[in-house]
Amino acid sequence: MDWTAFLLSLKLAAWTVAILLPLGIFIARHLAWRRYPGKAFVEAALALPLVLPPTVLGYYLLVGLGRASPIGQVYENIFGAPLVFTFEGLLIASIIFNLPFAVQPMQRAFETISQEIRDAASCCGMTSWRKLWRIELPLAWPGIMTAFVLTFAHTIGEFGVVLMVGGSIPGETRTAAIAIYDRVQAFDNAAAGAMSAMLLVISLIAIGIANLATSRAGARRG
Amino acid sequence: MADRSKGLDVSLEQDAPIPLNARLRCEPGQVLALVGPSGSGKSTILSAIAGLRNIANGRISCNGSVWYDSAKHINMATRLRRVGFVFQSYALFPHLSALANVMEGLGSGYRGSRENRARELLELVRLGGLEARRPSELSGGQQQRVAVARALARDPNVLLLDEPFSSVDRVTRQRLHRELGHLRGELQMPIVLVTHDLEEAVQLGDRMSILHRGHTLQEGAPRDIMARPANREVARLVDLKNIFQARIAAQRPGAGITALVWGSTTLEAGYAPGFAAGDLVDWVIPSGRVILHRRRRPSRGIRENPVRGRVESMVALGDTVTVAIKVDSLDGYPLFMSMPVHAAERNSVAPGERVGVSLIRDDIHIMPAQQSETRDDASADI
Repeated sequence: MDWTAFLLSLKLAAWTVAILLPLGIFIARHLAWRRYPGKAFVEAALALPLVLPPTVLGYYLLVGLGRASPIGQVYENIFGAPLVFTFEGLLIASIIFNLPFAVQPMQRAFETISQEIRDAASCCGMTSWRKLWRIELPLAWPGIMTAFVLTFAHTIGEFGVVLMVGGSIPGETRTAAIAIYDRVQAFDNAAAGAMSAMLLVISLIAIGIANLATSRAGARRG
Repeated sequence: MADRSKGLDVSLEQDAPIPLNARLRCEPGQVLALVGPSGSGKSTILSAIAGLRNIANGRISCNGSVWYDSAKHINMATRLRRVGFVFQSYALFPHLSALANVMEGLGSGYRGSRENRARELLELVRLGGLEARRPSELSGGQQQRVAVARALARDPNVLLLDEPFSSVDRVTRQRLHRELGHLRGELQMPIVLVTHDLEEAVQLGDRMSILHRGHTLQEGAPRDIMARPANREVARLVDLKNIFQARIAAQRPGAGITALVWGSTTLEAGYAPGFAAGDLVDWVIPSGRVILHRRRRPSRGIRENPVRGRVESMVALGDTVTVAIKVDSLDGYPLFMSMPVHAAERNSVAPGERVGVSLIRDDIHIMPAQQSETRDDASADI
């Protein structure tokens, strides 16, 4: 069992969720309630990671974040080290390839909050923050939990993009999914099996928690 | 004279997306009913008052404070206007109890005092004991009362009611009408009620404003508008069936009479100034003010604007029957008369029968002539 890889996967998933959920809430609310020209294009662009082969997405991220890219150069100028093949680069890639998994469930959830409910909150004198905290987040809670689980589980399981952008540097970019692949390549089926079983259990627990939270939220809403 | 700084003053104008040209005034403690067909802009006006929707040009002020003034670029945020809004679907927060819904209207002060005040408000709308229930556990009428309590929790400058009785059954609606009537005695703010139900507007409104395609056509006391519409369009919108054209035959102000030529019949109406002999005019009479001549016991009343004709059709609704009479020597729409079903039976009024009726002189209302519209338009739902 490669505990380093396993802990790195958990760390990557935790950071991805921590950054993507607030960002996703902002994007999801925007997409759910605003109408503007080009919205369909924005939605299609956000959904791309769902349909693109991971290696293709990984390739573009590698090129887009690499040392020759503007983003890569700016990053290297500021931090003195390249972005690709680092944990930070992997985190940015993880946020991008998880966008649809986080945004779409939350967008659907925010769409169910009617204009009248939001207007009623305004008429109750609520500030935007209070509306978000007291009305919108509780009502969109099932979608937020689904987004949390999908993002977490998908980050832990992602292979193609991680390999392209991060390689397989132990302790830095070698996640559990990469480590399982390495163990299979080395005919170490016992370690591969143990890690696979561990990921399976974690995924099941995550989905179970999300379902439980969703059904409780549904019961509260009546 | 009313203090113009008190109460609600609204003046809105725009061409698109929803054309509007509306002017409203509602005094404190008064109920102003906005009446009009679907799409006439009633709910848009309510949203504009609350600051939920911006209108291109206009001014909204309440109790001396300007909430919106397009010329001066003033647009106060909804939460600062302090409006109580009861939405058509009530818009209760489904994840919160009745008590918590009302508490949300009380702002973010000390929890204990907010809770006490919310309980008082729920008692006021007779929902004591149901504080812990969520909206899904309440009936339509109870949800409406929570919505009213939540709206009042803001101690609002104005109370806005957007068709609040449309989602409940008839019995509940009548009970809620009575409760609102009782409650409004205790409320000192202007109340604007949007409704498409004329009966409701007459029952609850101190004043009524008729809206059509975003325009305020007439504002006044409900019974005045029903009896004396400003024009053919208002008459149609308040569901007056007897709308006809005639020519002024003579003006006799000394006798208090304006004579009309209607087909081959001359009618006498209450004196209507502003018209000259020969003018083409529209006139209306409520169907309840067309009186049947009793066959067996004719009274002196038969001399008042007598008209004869043949019964075309009869439609009974509850205890009242509406009789359509094809008037002799007059082409066009029938004259409608409504009367109790038992009176129609006793006088053998039936389709095909000949009848004589009188049009009560003082209930004939004369208006400037407008282009007449098709019958489909004339009978459009309000």
